[in-house]
Amino acid sequence: MTALPRAAAFCLALWAAQALADADPLDSARWGDMRSQLFAADATVVFDPRVQVTGPLTAEDPKNVPIAVDATALPGVTEVLVFADFNPITKVLAFRPAAARAELAFRIKLQQSSPVRAAARTADGVWHVGGTWVITTGGGCTVPSTGSASPEWQRRLNEVSGRIWSRPDGNRVRLRIIHPMDTGLAASIPAFYIEQLAITDGQQRVLMEIDAFEPVSENPLFTLDLPSTVTDLASVQITGRDNNGNLVNAWVER
Amino acid sequence: MKRLLATLALLAGLPIAQAAGFDYQLAPRQIAPATWVLEGAREDFSFANGGRIVNTAFVVTDAGVVVIDSGPSRQYGEQTVAAIGRITDKPVIKVWITHHHPDHFLGNQAFARKTLGALARTITDIESDGKGFNENMYRLVGDAMRDTEVVVPTEALTPGTVDIGGHRFELLALDGHTAGDLAVLDHTTGVLFAGDLVFHERTPTTPHATIARWLKSLDMLEALPFKHIVPGHGPAAADAAPIRQTRDYLKWLDGLLTQSAAAGLDMTEVMRLPLPKIFRQLAVIDAEFPRSVSHLYPAAEEAALNDSSPRRKP
Ligand SMILES: [Zn+2]
Repeated sequence: MTALPRAAAFCLALWAAQALADADPLDSARWGDMRSQLFAADATVVFDPRVQVTGPLTAEDPKNVPIAVDATALPGVTEVLVFADFNPITKVLAFRPAAARAELAFRIKLQQSSPVRAAARTADGVWHVGGTWVITTGGGCTVPSTGSASPEWQRRLNEVSGRIWSRPDGNRVRLRIIHPMDTGLAASIPAFYIEQLAITDGQQRVLMEIDAFEPVSENPLFTLDLPSTVTDLASVQITGRDNNGNLVNAWVER
Repeated sequence: MKRLLATLALLAGLPIAQAAGFDYQLAPRQIAPATWVLEGAREDFSFANGGRIVNTAFVVTDAGVVVIDSGPSRQYGEQTVAAIGRITDKPVIKVWITHHHPDHFLGNQAFARKTLGALARTITDIESDGKGFNENMYRLVGDAMRDTEVVVPTEALTPGTVDIGGHRFELLALDGHTAGDLAVLDHTTGVLFAGDLVFHERTPTTPHATIARWLKSLDMLEALPFKHIVPGHGPAAADAAPIRQTRDYLKWLDGLLTQSAAAGLDMTEVMRLPLPKIFRQLAVIDAEFPRSVSHLYPAAEEAALNDSSPRRKP
């Protein structure tokens, strides 16, 4: 050890510091796979406590695990990708906040205990990753949705209910869409899920765009918040489609 | 650790309790003439408690023993039979299952099939959910569940009075905690076995609850002429305090969820709301409250959201 040249020792120290910064705070065996599957090899990906993911410590209903993502502490967020390391389908959803705040709440299906993470990309192209562990005792991905067996549901496909609330710091929008969101993992039920949603105001201004994937829960419910700079919000329009080409198009009033 | 202990015992020449199973250390406590209660821990399911978080009870009549709920596992049921045997030579002639939750009926294997009775709705719910519950219990409490299998009660109980060995029992078919909740009033001793319609000093559980129905059932229970009440979880009492505590909690929970949904709160926010001091004293509230939000908030949300229209209103 005494023979170690000074320069080499310096490099080693640098390497150790970098390794520490790269260490997954959630200590998941799948992080390496997530890093290589979801992000370009030359992308900069850092763990960042300013990206907050909130969920229950234990999931009472693995088909409906409530998750809230908040990246508002980061300036200039252009896109947020949400994923669960140990899910058979890891990608949960992505959203582009546009005029909305960089936060979104929704419910997901978890097949087993897993980190649930959000990666927020800032204008400089850097991905900032935060997350939390959610423990579950049962599987939520390989169970058929209740909807896929019900004729009542087929009649109401893509129906939207929702509401807008004034809050001290802006407006809140909650939206619920009738859809089975079948993962394709339950025997003989093909994948059937909402792929794209856009929420716009009365002037056709985009408030938020959401790309959903199979792990979003049946009858998805989204909570989004708009800063007080977004005014004249008597109603919002929600448009989109599922992977079978069925369209969503509805106005939600205050 | 087990192996280490066994090795140490071997070295010390001590007997090894190999495959002795889980000892629930059941010690029946007499609360009224002819009436004993086995009180469970005010906890969640765990490997340490073997699922013994529930109260079970028995009444020794002249004609034989009437058991209320068989407990969480085969071993619990067998150890109940042994504990009864230390008190009386009389056989168990009736086992009444209050509802279809796993901690209340998975001890059924220890009893003769013809003695097992429950409300018709409870029987069908055990038929459909029993296996899943049993598998989940293995995950939650481990080896205490060894060799436990679902035994569906054979006798469909109907509401009304039954005379057994000098005791007049009144069977009440209620609901709200689940779709079928049996309560039993022993008019001879004044003991009311309330099942999980009543919790005491332990947070109520709501996976199959309909709160409005549950509150109705509580009113009916409170109107009964009882001297002692045995809740499904938590200590027995000599007054209606456990009924009132359960009612207060359910009303607060229902009101909170309705108000939160009307105010536009997300489920993750509701799970983190501060809890009133009176309810923070209830056992396992920190785990049970978010569970209840998970069970009950979706209906409150649905009621609070407006239907949309296909086009913008002018
Ligand atoms: Zn129960």
